[in-house]
Amino acid sequence: MMTDTPLVSVRDLRIGAVTDSGRNVEIIRGVDFDIAPGEILALIGESGSGKTTIALSLMGHTRRGCSIEGGTIRVGEHDVTGMTERQRAKLRGTEISYVPQSAAAAFNPSKRIMDQVVETTRIHDLMPRAKAEERARGLFRALALPDPDTIGERYPHQVSGGQLQRLSAAMALIGDPELVIFDEPTTALDVTTQIEVLRAFRRVMEEGGMAGVYVSHDLAVVAQIADRIVVLKNGEIQEQGTTEQILSAPKHPYTKELLAAFDPVPHVAVKDVEAEAETPILEVRGLYAGYGPIKDGEPLAKVMSDVSFKLYRGRNLGVIGESGSGKSTLARAIAGILPAYRGEVLLDGHTLAPSLGQRSKQELRRAQIVFQLADTALNPAHSVGSIIARPLRFYKGLRGDAADKRVIELLDMVHLPPTLRHRLPSELSGGQKQRVNLARALAAEPELILCDEITSALDTVVAAAILELLKELQGELGLSYMFISHDLSTVEAICDDVLVMYKGEVVEALPAARMSQDATHAYSRLLISSVPQLDTGWLAGLEQDPELLAAFSDR
Amino acid sequence: MLWSTTTWRLIGQRLGIALITLVIVSFAVFFATEMLPGDVAQILLGQAATPEAVAGLREAMGLNEPAFQRFLGWLVGLATGDMGRSYVNDIEVVDLLGGRLQNSLRLAGIVTVICVPVALTLGIIAAMFRGSWLDRAVSVATISVISVPEFMVATLSVLVFAVWLGWLPALSYGVNVDSIGAMLRAYAMPVITLSFVVAAQMIRMTRAAVIETIETPYVEMALLKGASKLRMVLVHALPNALGPIANAVALSLSYLVGGVIIVETVFNYPGVAKLMVDAVATRDLPLIQSCAMVFCVSYLTLITLADMIAILSNPRLRQ
Amino acid sequence: MTIPTTTPRKLRLPTPRNLGYSFGWTGRIGIAIIIFWAIVALVGNWLTPYPVGKIVDWDYFGGVSAKYWMGTDYLGRDIFSRVLMGARYTVGIALAAVTLACTLGVILGMIAAVIGGWFDTLLSRLLDAFNGIPSLLFGLVVVAAVGSSIPVLVWTLAAIYMPGAYRFARALAVNINTMDFVTVARARGEGTPYMITFEIFPNILGPVLADFGLRFVFIVLVLSGLSFLGLGVQPPYADWGALVRENIEGLSLGAPAVIFPCIAIASLTISVNMFIDNLPTKIRDRAE
Repeated sequence: MMTDTPLVSVRDLRIGAVTDSGRNVEIIRGVDFDIAPGEILALIGESGSGKTTIALSLMGHTRRGCSIEGGTIRVGEHDVTGMTERQRAKLRGTEISYVPQSAAAAFNPSKRIMDQVVETTRIHDLMPRAKAEERARGLFRALALPDPDTIGERYPHQVSGGQLQRLSAAMALIGDPELVIFDEPTTALDVTTQIEVLRAFRRVMEEGGMAGVYVSHDLAVVAQIADRIVVLKNGEIQEQGTTEQILSAPKHPYTKELLAAFDPVPHVAVKDVEAEAETPILEVRGLYAGYGPIKDGEPLAKVMSDVSFKLYRGRNLGVIGESGSGKSTLARAIAGILPAYRGEVLLDGHTLAPSLGQRSKQELRRAQIVFQLADTALNPAHSVGSIIARPLRFYKGLRGDAADKRVIELLDMVHLPPTLRHRLPSELSGGQKQRVNLARALAAEPELILCDEITSALDTVVAAAILELLKELQGELGLSYMFISHDLSTVEAICDDVLVMYKGEVVEALPAARMSQDATHAYSRLLISSVPQLDTGWLAGLEQDPELLAAFSDR
Repeated sequence: MLWSTTTWRLIGQRLGIALITLVIVSFAVFFATEMLPGDVAQILLGQAATPEAVAGLREAMGLNEPAFQRFLGWLVGLATGDMGRSYVNDIEVVDLLGGRLQNSLRLAGIVTVICVPVALTLGIIAAMFRGSWLDRAVSVATISVISVPEFMVATLSVLVFAVWLGWLPALSYGVNVDSIGAMLRAYAMPVITLSFVVAAQMIRMTRAAVIETIETPYVEMALLKGASKLRMVLVHALPNALGPIANAVALSLSYLVGGVIIVETVFNYPGVAKLMVDAVATRDLPLIQSCAMVFCVSYLTLITLADMIAILSNPRLRQ
Repeated sequence: MTIPTTTPRKLRLPTPRNLGYSFGWTGRIGIAIIIFWAIVALVGNWLTPYPVGKIVDWDYFGGVSAKYWMGTDYLGRDIFSRVLMGARYTVGIALAAVTLACTLGVILGMIAAVIGGWFDTLLSRLLDAFNGIPSLLFGLVVVAAVGSSIPVLVWTLAAIYMPGAYRFARALAVNINTMDFVTVARARGEGTPYMITFEIFPNILGPVLADFGLRFVFIVLVLSGLSFLGLGVQPPYADWGALVRENIEGLSLGAPAVIFPCIAIASLTISVNMFIDNLPTKIRDRAE
């Protein structure tokens, strides 16, 4: 390896961006790395680390407002940094190609898939049309796409997300490139779909012997496909090494932190299940909910049906499932935001009215809901202080100095400094926003908090800290959480019991600590086994029933 | 096969809305003009008329019937081409309108033929070379034109082309149009003025529509496949921008309706708008109502057309 | 020992940059011209060199001179004085109309977005129908019906532009209404007045103000158009559109009496557009 000339070599790469105020900011600050022929290099980092910017710069492309300001990028014989735009265009698609993050957006909606897949061969005049289509069908087969002979005739909106993602790989491979850039290609997919896509990518890359750059924030995914890993933060390389070395013997503290966030912290139940005599804080009996105009007492689109469970005081219930499983609908139906059309919700033994308008202020106060995106959950027009003070005033009539004092206490509870209350949400980081979001829920002094994917949009390290905070608050305040997530490790880290949802129904209820052992339902087992592990051999050794996969995943 | 049932439903819905709008508009036009202060019969006969004569005329004109009944009668009349008689010169409104409508349509037609290709080309080029000096010049020019009243564009055109340069006659009235040269000269001023107003709108909307598609991830994807700028715009951006562009064209053409009122007045052009402004001055009710309906129908047709194009061009609805 | 140990603190003026905003020069010119016309509209009657209606010169359509800065009109009146007073009518009527249109439109739009259901559907359909009438035509018909006076003009122009303001505000409010912070407030049990004033309104204020400006321009254009047709502001008063109409005969002479009112209208409408297109933007530096 050491004697080979690398295929790609990047030296002291610097990329600048112009901010709104016209100031120039360096977003990539002197990055060096090499990629050997046939090697797959992963760029790992959190949002804003510059990983996508670096990957795109290998093709000589920068997004609007950014520009390469220094350093060299060499790919094969070509000095990408010194080329004209016309010369770079020749390189794109033939020597370096790109697999986008969202294939759904990267396919032109008004053209047939085949036309777009073979477009590269037409732009660069690589081969006759018939031969290109033949090659495309071969790629469709290699990528395990259904109906490989006819799928190209469809329009992008007629195939599923997982299929589109694989079709975009075919689009990248058609020009027989030496280097393929994968830009978070599985981030938008559900875990069960992700498996198939990852497998397909791995197979075609191995067969073609191409080099690759795999951009991702997920170490477990990267572990399955990359030979080497570059860890990035704020546009600088923190550490680089082979996948084995990064996973088993990380040197840089930041890498260690990333890995630590991955390790499931075993959840210690605050309280054991006591006698059945105790009234559960939340009980749901045969709940149904849906959207759309109501006809004969039932809405047009029924999203969730016949959900029942009990949640006891001081315990946490996890709800897991993929997109479209109805898990968020369950939270909304319990909170009354989306009135259930059948079934009952009991808070501490008392039946709640289905819709918000009919519930009393006290009932609303006792169960609070916290949303996924802290960005949209805080009103950008109000200061943190007034956001937290509103429930104090609304539920308790607290105002003036008393309210201010309480706001400071609440900020302290979520480990934020009191000075933060004068800031606007836009001036906070993602993790801070989610803490303010929690503080607002705590201001109501609830007994139950419904958490809807509250860590999903956060970077791994930040999310781990939020989970710690939730546990701490539970110890101090005796709260109960209902925790909705698509991420099994998160649920494992905080919950006592887990409901697995699929297509609007609960398929199984499991104790969180023994999920993988106790699962009996085919879907729960598939879901649990699809979560990538921090182990380079996981995907290769994974055995899943293809029939099962076909039946449950988004094909 | 080409259009799904949802598309048909949406189009049907849009047509329904247009029809309801038309009824509401005609209702508004009829009752607004009915609110005219003073007794129509009295106005027609003059102050010297005897009360008996006024009452007789009221009876003859059907003014004693309930307003709503007269409204329905008027609607039916409109639909069957009977628009009543002008109060002022006692001629069938249809006959008054006929020739004038032809003139106005000819003016609008010429403007459309000139504007559409020029505006589309300029709009697309400005979008392709966003931020260039050409784009900036086009932006400044178009925003200036849409920021000023139509009569100002008209007066400025007269000032430049007729007064200072002396190329064209200031008015189109009374010019005989037996040679092509004469016709060109007769129509030049109204056409230039209207074209400025309509093209400015069209260029801005086209530019915005194309820029929106150029910034989509699939156009970036084409760039990353090695496509040239021309290919990115012609093959990927334009086909998806066609709907929004057609929508922009139809919407901009609806500006003709407002523009034509001013332009025909300024240039003394014998079209429907001139007829209507004169009718307002003489308070000739049936004529005002009919002219207003002509304008409303053309305006509604254009904006409904724009909406339908927007629906049809949505690829998600085409299955 | 004269070296000061501390540097005196610099006085920080509340300029856009010091407040964390960037403000382009086109926007600055725009706002300067807007403020200029606003002041003229307010105090114009003390600035006129000659009484507005007084015939000061026997030579009609006179040129620009030291005595008559913008020449004289078709009767020999001073155009400069008339343009200064015309500002009051053009700016005043347009401002009154746009304030009425936007206030009504925005309040109704927010209520429709928050309440939804049949109230929203009915109101939206009805107001959309009104949007189906070309604006100048609407003005013509109303003026034909009830005659022209300043209150009639204000209400008519407000009625023409209210549905547009409603549609715009409703679309914005519907977007905000889907945000999680609105759902949180609703789940807390807040009522409609709170939702509108505290959750929705502050977040649509920016675009609504820009829309206010655009609508102001449209109203100035339609008002001038009506006056130009002789159906707007009636003599002896005159707004800028009426000034152009009065002196249109002078067009073939290239008289300043036609040109200066035109320049006045254009300077106002173009500067409002310039200001809206270059509003101060909050400086956001990701690196900070």
